[in-house]
Amino acid sequence: MSEAKYFTTAKKGELLELKQQLNSAKKSEKRDAVKKVIASMTVGKDVSSLFSDVVNCMQTDNLELKKLVYLYLMSYAKTQPDLALMAVNTFVKDCSDPNPLIRALAVRTMGCIRVDRITEYLCDPLRKTLKDDDPYVRKTAAVCVAKLYDIDPELVMEQGFIDALTDLLSDPNGNGRRKRRRRPLGDRRILPQCVPSLHTAGPVFDLNPGTVSKLLTALNECTEWGQVFILDSLALYDPEDDRERQSMCERITPRLQHVNAAVVLSAIKVLMKNIEYLRDTDVKASLYKKLAPPLVTLLSSEAEVQYVALRNINLIVQKKPDILAGHMKVFFVKYNDPVYVKMEKLDIMIRLATPDSIQQVLAELKEYATEVDVDFVRKSVRAIGRCAIKVEGSAQRCVDTLLELIKTKVNYVVQEAIVVIKDIFRKYPNKYESIIATLCENLDTLDEPEAKAAMIWIVGEYAERIDNADELLESFLDNFSEENPLVQLQLLTAIVKLFLKRPTGTQELVQRVLGLATQESDNPDLRDRGYIYWRLLLTDPAAAKSVVLCERPLISEETDLLEPSLLDELICHISSLASVFHKPPNTFIEGRVPGRRVAPAVLFEEEEEQQQPQQQPVDLLGGALDDVKVSTTGFVLPKTLWLDASAGKGLEINGTLARREGHMYMDMTFTNTTAQAMGDFAIQFNKNSFGLAPAAALSVPTLAPSASHDTSLPLNNLGAVQKMDPLPKLQIAVKTSVDVVYFSVMVPFHVLFTEDGKLERGDYLRLWKDIEDSQESISTVHGVTQATDVVLKRLEASNVFSVARRNVNDQELCYMSLKFVNNVVALVELTFTPGSSSVKVAIRSKITDVIRGLQDTLETLLTGGPSASEC
Amino acid sequence: MSASAVYILDIKGKVLISRDYRGDLPWNCIDKFLPLVMEAEEESNPTPIVQAEDVTFMYIKHENLYVVATSKKNANAALVFVFLHKLVEVFTAYFKVLEEESIRDNFVIIYELLDELMDFGYPQYTEAQILKEYITQTGRKLEVAAPKPPIAVTNAVSWRSEGIKHRKNEVFLDVVESVNLLVSARGHVLHSDIVGSVQMRVYLSGMPELRLGLNDKILFESSGRRKGKAVELEDVKFHQCVRLSRFENDRTISFIPPDGEFELMSYRLSQNVKPLIWIEPVIERHSHSRVEYLIKVCLRLLCRVCVCVWVVSTGSCKYSPETSSIVWTIKQFPGGHEFFMRAHFNLPSVESEEVEQRPPIQVQFEIPYFTTSGVQVRYLKVVEKSGYQALPWVRYITKNGDYQVRTM
Repeated sequence: MSEAKYFTTAKKGELLELKQQLNSAKKSEKRDAVKKVIASMTVGKDVSSLFSDVVNCMQTDNLELKKLVYLYLMSYAKTQPDLALMAVNTFVKDCSDPNPLIRALAVRTMGCIRVDRITEYLCDPLRKTLKDDDPYVRKTAAVCVAKLYDIDPELVMEQGFIDALTDLLSDPNGNGRRKRRRRPLGDRRILPQCVPSLHTAGPVFDLNPGTVSKLLTALNECTEWGQVFILDSLALYDPEDDRERQSMCERITPRLQHVNAAVVLSAIKVLMKNIEYLRDTDVKASLYKKLAPPLVTLLSSEAEVQYVALRNINLIVQKKPDILAGHMKVFFVKYNDPVYVKMEKLDIMIRLATPDSIQQVLAELKEYATEVDVDFVRKSVRAIGRCAIKVEGSAQRCVDTLLELIKTKVNYVVQEAIVVIKDIFRKYPNKYESIIATLCENLDTLDEPEAKAAMIWIVGEYAERIDNADELLESFLDNFSEENPLVQLQLLTAIVKLFLKRPTGTQELVQRVLGLATQESDNPDLRDRGYIYWRLLLTDPAAAKSVVLCERPLISEETDLLEPSLLDELICHISSLASVFHKPPNTFIEGRVPGRRVAPAVLFEEEEEQQQPQQQPVDLLGGALDDVKVSTTGFVLPKTLWLDASAGKGLEINGTLARREGHMYMDMTFTNTTAQAMGDFAIQFNKNSFGLAPAAALSVPTLAPSASHDTSLPLNNLGAVQKMDPLPKLQIAVKTSVDVVYFSVMVPFHVLFTEDGKLERGDYLRLWKDIEDSQESISTVHGVTQATDVVLKRLEASNVFSVARRNVNDQELCYMSLKFVNNVVALVELTFTPGSSSVKVAIRSKITDVIRGLQDTLETLLTGGPSASEC
Repeated sequence: MSASAVYILDIKGKVLISRDYRGDLPWNCIDKFLPLVMEAEEESNPTPIVQAEDVTFMYIKHENLYVVATSKKNANAALVFVFLHKLVEVFTAYFKVLEEESIRDNFVIIYELLDELMDFGYPQYTEAQILKEYITQTGRKLEVAAPKPPIAVTNAVSWRSEGIKHRKNEVFLDVVESVNLLVSARGHVLHSDIVGSVQMRVYLSGMPELRLGLNDKILFESSGRRKGKAVELEDVKFHQCVRLSRFENDRTISFIPPDGEFELMSYRLSQNVKPLIWIEPVIERHSHSRVEYLIKVCLRLLCRVCVCVWVVSTGSCKYSPETSSIVWTIKQFPGGHEFFMRAHFNLPSVESEEVEQRPPIQVQFEIPYFTTSGVQVRYLKVVEKSGYQALPWVRYITKNGDYQVRTM
């Protein structure tokens, strides 16, 4: 029966007619009407106005019709959330239908309706279906947990669905015997479906040796897709010890024999990540050896899969070149390969090229260079150049090959060859100049900027050996203003080089080009370079010579290797898009991994609604903190010895700085260690970075021998300012009846933070963006043992205010702001990782000088103890 | 992380049918797809993955259709591509051909299948044979006999239903070896390997346990057998029914097969193969208006009969203008013989601007009762509870794979 007829109607009044049919009593007419609605939906017509009529058809005993109505609901529920509620009852009813297909269908569809109010009703049916007798229903319910988590993670946590899934995973074989009898089949088969769900739930799901072993067992029994899910999650797991790692690797290797390329690649991912850490070198070698054959076989899969495989092989070859060392030939390009496969193969061939195999590679490349596909040909010619640079012994042969290609006179081949020959000249100076004559023959045919620039560079570099270099360069000069900037710059430099090498007869030429560059061009780069040359030539030709004709650094062998840290990261992402793009995932998707670079904006926007009325900092320190540290607000370090009795001529001072009720105080204990009374105390500060000065006179009475006195000196920041080195240094003079003594202390920054340092989110964001990434300093503080809340409270008490807080992945990010007494503002981002005592601290401030001291202060505040900053 | 949605588009980029799985991307983001593909093609760098700002498209082409998966996350690209191919495979199993018309004719069942094949972007169940048991093309009522999900869907043996009955219990086993060969224009063998495949047609009742014995070198060595010729299989890939861990342990190939036709395993041998059929082309371009092909073929095998098809392509041709190739067919080819073919073309005197392509000579052939590698089936044991006797039939064929000889 052809269903194409449903697509045909396009009359006016069609919707009305459909409405009537939907409400028809005849079942067949109803079904036809729903099919028509779905057909219209398929071609992109808006049929949302029929919502209630379609939903009315939901209660039916026809499975096909039910599926269609469900499909309709998924598409349009969002536009009609109120009406969608009408469907809830039927869903709930269907979740206890005797037919497992219907139960699964209902729970699957319900998860796809992303309407908040429906989600509430989903919980009960979901809990029931998770314990369903039929494994098919349980499997569907497991996936539904992930859907629900995507909509409302808190709800999922509250309802304990994650625990239910984790139970499924960690259900120990021992006491599960009774359970197993009840559910004879299939639990292991459902397990892989739980895995993606659990991963969506990110931070909550924790792999441990128990669950991992369970997953490894399940690997043997689940569908091919399930195997991919399991392997992908194992790739995130770090085995606890070497033994576990080895056994994991060994249990995964059979997967390399699977026919599904995705299974093979995911298995390779887990192995590549883990083998490297194995201690036993024999095992290591044998495992690595097992990777090669499946990688080669991937090249006979579908073209698109081949492409993914080749991009990954490119990574693997960079990481472990010897794995595929002997397999060069399988990367030879075939006539009917798609272009993108050809290009990737070419790259890998170059990577694998060694002095032994270079001859074969060159023969191939030469073959490719005479093909018809222009881009492929270009890349092949370029590859020849790369060979020459990579394998020194082959350079001569490469140059010969390139010359042969130049003789073909095929325009783009010639141009490409000239570009690579330039690189060969740079790598092996003064070796192959004999070919310059041949190159010069092709001067007229060049029309691409890159090739032109390369040719001009060659002429300039070897100006002394090319008799007519001046003529050649002059010929380019005629169209100077129309050339590409690349060519212009190169021409300018080449002519200056020529002049320096052969001053006679070229003066006019040089003046002309300098004139063109400086007066007739509006390209700032060109103009600047022109002026620089001009002045150099005028003032000091010798200096000009040493600048322009200096020896150039050698070009490196392989310029396109990925950075090792990036490579390692990408290895962990084998078979994913990241590995295809050769970019870390957070560069092309939003909101993954620490959201810092992209994120604050995103984070804040999402949170805006749930922002709560701000608490006053005073409230926060309420009760508990006051009890511990009487009458202080912020965090106060214990007093330390500031002035030793021997240096203080008998006066010993212990002290600390504190901030109370918005004022700074210097708390000191004066002790008289001499045998006579001491009095007439006075205090004075030297100019300092923050302009700190005593706000009142020092009130210390005359001290009898070995008596001591506690005093608290209020401070303000109205004193003279002078930048100290280090910044927090404060020099103090104390006058006594005996003498004047000098000492210096380090001001802990937290006493300088003001109470009004909390920024609005908008301001925070603006400032964050204003400050460049390069001005950000990142450090890690270890030994933060207290709970995040306690730490944050302590920070807040010291006027480091939390502006926003959010969970990203399994990490907690806190965005905080603070302001110094001199109105310098700094932004702080703290990253807490559960289960770790290390906290990542990122600081941004326009005044970068304060960052160093801030790091120390924050470390003190985070760990809650004295630290190096006091010494 | 996996796909967000799957679309099937016609060649002009119009959506024929689609299914949104995660709802994290707007439906109309597909509008960006075709322009991106066109742009990539113009820059002559058409990759099967294209990217817009926040969406990544992964696509395959089938007939005149684009089958596209979108993703917002760092999706497992290999998984998505394998799935898309599987999708086409399932649809083809249902409707014979997947094209614009068959999609229109079957849109209801396509929606049902899309719902079943993938959930929330995670591939679920893709065995066409079993799917056909509970997703059928005829509308039906929910009665007592309403379809239920076959146990196989969630069973450890997901590829075989229980209670299959055949009157005659038979197994057919074909060992097919394809020879891939790449010969340079100068007559050097650049690359050669053999890709073998064991294809089965199984008509057995119940839940039979099968064991297949090959003359596998590693197995022979470990069991201490010295007799007979053994073959070193390099990379073996198995159908999902084969117990991989068992093979890893003691090289035993044991499995419960699906019913009907399937590929049990494939293997690769990269030992240097002596070219079975040797070709020496001589192409003479007398002037720009005349070209002469002289092709010598010889079968370097002292036996039997085979069927050969020759394809030689040029700029224009009198035999097969649509593929612009000369097709030379030889019905029977006695071993050790040589054949010649001479073709002479008068070309138009006006030369075209384009560079002349030099497509390779492709060879198609089939040699029955012979495996190049020497792989042999030693036994195929069938054990089933009811204890019936099954008849195994074994057949060997060697044929061409990618058998190319480059021309000057």
